[in-house]
Amino acid sequence: MSEQEVFVQFKDVQKSYDGETLVVKSFNLDIYRGEFLTMLGPSGSGKTTCLMMLAGFEATTHGDIILEGRSINNLPPHRRDIGMVFQNYALFPHMTVFENIAYPLEMRKVGKDETARRVAGALDMVQLGGFGHRRPGQLSGGQQQRVAVARALVFEPKIVLMDEPLGALDRQLREQMQYEIRHIHESIGVTVVYVTHDQGEALTMSNRIAVFNDGVVQQLASPDKLYQEPANAFVAQFIGENNALSGKVIEHDGARCTVEAEGGHIVQAVAINVDGTGSRTTISLRPERVIINPPEGSVPNLFDGRVEELIFHGDHLRTRLNVCGHDDFIVKVPNSAGHVDIHTGDTVKVGWQSTDARALDAPEG
Amino acid sequence: MAVTAVDAAAPITTADGVPLKVSLARTERRKTVTAFLLVAPLLAFILVTFVFPIGDMLLRSVQNPVVANLLPRTIDALESWDPASGELPPEAVFAAAAEEFARRHDEKLIGKISGRINYDLSGAKSMIKKTARKFARGQADGVTAREAFVNIDKRWEKVRTWAIIKQAGRDPTPAYYANAVDRTYNEAGDVVAQPENRQIYVKLFVRTLWVSLAITVACLLLAYPVSYILSIVPTRISNLLIIMVLLPFWTSLLVRTTSWIVLLQSQGVINDLLVWTGAIDDEGRLSLVYNMTGTMIAMIQILLPFMILPLFSVMKTISPYHIRAAKSLGASPAKAFWTVYFPQTLPGIGAGSLLVFILSVGYYITPALVGGRTGQLISNMIAYHMQKSLNWGLAAALGAILLGGILALYWLYNRLVGIDKMKLG
Repeated sequence: MSEQEVFVQFKDVQKSYDGETLVVKSFNLDIYRGEFLTMLGPSGSGKTTCLMMLAGFEATTHGDIILEGRSINNLPPHRRDIGMVFQNYALFPHMTVFENIAYPLEMRKVGKDETARRVAGALDMVQLGGFGHRRPGQLSGGQQQRVAVARALVFEPKIVLMDEPLGALDRQLREQMQYEIRHIHESIGVTVVYVTHDQGEALTMSNRIAVFNDGVVQQLASPDKLYQEPANAFVAQFIGENNALSGKVIEHDGARCTVEAEGGHIVQAVAINVDGTGSRTTISLRPERVIINPPEGSVPNLFDGRVEELIFHGDHLRTRLNVCGHDDFIVKVPNSAGHVDIHTGDTVKVGWQSTDARALDAPEG
Repeated sequence: MAVTAVDAAAPITTADGVPLKVSLARTERRKTVTAFLLVAPLLAFILVTFVFPIGDMLLRSVQNPVVANLLPRTIDALESWDPASGELPPEAVFAAAAEEFARRHDEKLIGKISGRINYDLSGAKSMIKKTARKFARGQADGVTAREAFVNIDKRWEKVRTWAIIKQAGRDPTPAYYANAVDRTYNEAGDVVAQPENRQIYVKLFVRTLWVSLAITVACLLLAYPVSYILSIVPTRISNLLIIMVLLPFWTSLLVRTTSWIVLLQSQGVINDLLVWTGAIDDEGRLSLVYNMTGTMIAMIQILLPFMILPLFSVMKTISPYHIRAAKSLGASPAKAFWTVYFPQTLPGIGAGSLLVFILSVGYYITPALVGGRTGQLISNMIAYHMQKSLNWGLAAALGAILLGGILALYWLYNRLVGIDKMKLG
């Protein structure tokens, strides 16, 4: 894929349904040709609205959506040439699988032989060759989802939108479908805009993720960057598991800062999103970066923690501790050979590198 | 316990050796009995008050006991006589008839006979009564029975009179069905068309079917957009609107029909309004009631809910995402409607149309009240024969034909659409 070719552009897009509140507040986003971009956020964050505006089912209240350099604000949905996969599949129950997939081709007046060839190709792509004569009602949820994907791709749209397409599937199937959709994306190189509230799904599938909250994009970055370098407390909390320690900045030296957490504990952290000495902050720390009983002097941050709860997760032991006055401090202890033997009620030492602790904005209130 | 290999041929048994099917049937029997007991009271009620009376009524369309029972010797004597010969029946017939007429007159049963024969031969009533009265007073001596008959009334000299009596003596008889389709028996006993001016039933059946079809189509056209709106507005509003659709159900049918008279009559609300606005002048008042127009207007209004409710219940289940999906796949709004939405409403259209059609084919009160002379349907004719002419056999035959027609339509619908696809709400 040509790396930086802007394909779709949201320009200062705003959306209001009732004229009193903005569901989407000043949304700017460039989508590159051939990329897999995910809009991630809790429900009500405006991500689906953005998708619907791109598909043409909702009008923008303000701003432009530009596709290949042309504003599509006034283009009705059926002229946009945008494929869409819906959460509940939206397969037409009165048509067979073949007819469903042939539908977009029929609307484009593609010839009979060509249609048959392309539908067969699409069915093969989603591994449903031979299912063409069935009705959607006779298929399992996963198979229906594949038909929906095939239908959205068969007419070679400029861009494919997927609105929580895996929401209705059980976990195992969902993971399998994640890989399949990813492989399809890689093999045909179509631009995909994917909406989900499942961060795991977003992390495994996307080239880039736009994290939504409250009608605003909080961070737009690649999955690894998003996970390792969250820009603010919301992203840190929303993506992956996170220990949040609130406190006050007492020393601020460019990239680094010292924070006084509750109970007078002093924590060294990387200053990412702090206002300066004296301001409130939230330190974000990934559970897998915390070390239990670290060797003496190896970490600058070292505290006592009382084990409150142990939950067995197979490959790791989820440990809830009371650290620095927070009793929901989570540490993941890998179930590796010679791991630390801990029990509920024990007091252990916990420590971490100051580069793993990121001082972010303090949540309001 | 060792796992024993299951012999494929042997029937599967439970742990103690009872065949599984027997065991299953035993446990299911209790359920079946309970279910039957639960419906038994209603079943008994329906059988006693509905199925048996209707069955009895339908049997009357072929039963014809009056003449056969009350004039048995006359009918026996007529057996050997062929009306096609063109000659009057033999003297034995006249003798038997004279004797039986006199006896039935004394038993005060002659009215039944004369009434029955009057169905097929107008004027027969008075003729037979007069004849029987005279015979009961005593036969004139020195004349044959035949001469006695002819002396009383010239019509006894006609072959047709006796041919009709012979026909009326047949039990069971196809005569009522023949009548119901505008056929009658000629002197030779063959089925022939009724004279032109007496052909009414076939015309009425055809008119009933056309009117019902028109009402069904009109209801569909009016109900479809309403049901669509009902299915897409928020539940709070749709509940309110549904109540407004159902409101007429809570009002007596009679009240609704008569209020249509108030609205539609020539001095009624609608005409007054049109005159007042100047759309028509006072002489040009529209005749909207006591004709087919009135029947159609009132029946469409009364039957509309039966179309709206099934349509609504079907449309409610159609996901709005289907239309969106169709549009995103390149279908224009009109195309999306025809290819995706409309086909999914077919079960509702089928159910609603069948319901409205069947109801309007048999509708009675409304056409009776607002139909006037030209707005009558076949049901009014059935009622006429039940209540006025007391020709129950003909009424039963007309009813049976109507019932048969509806069952045939139902069967056709089941073959074309499938009754299991029907949704009533």
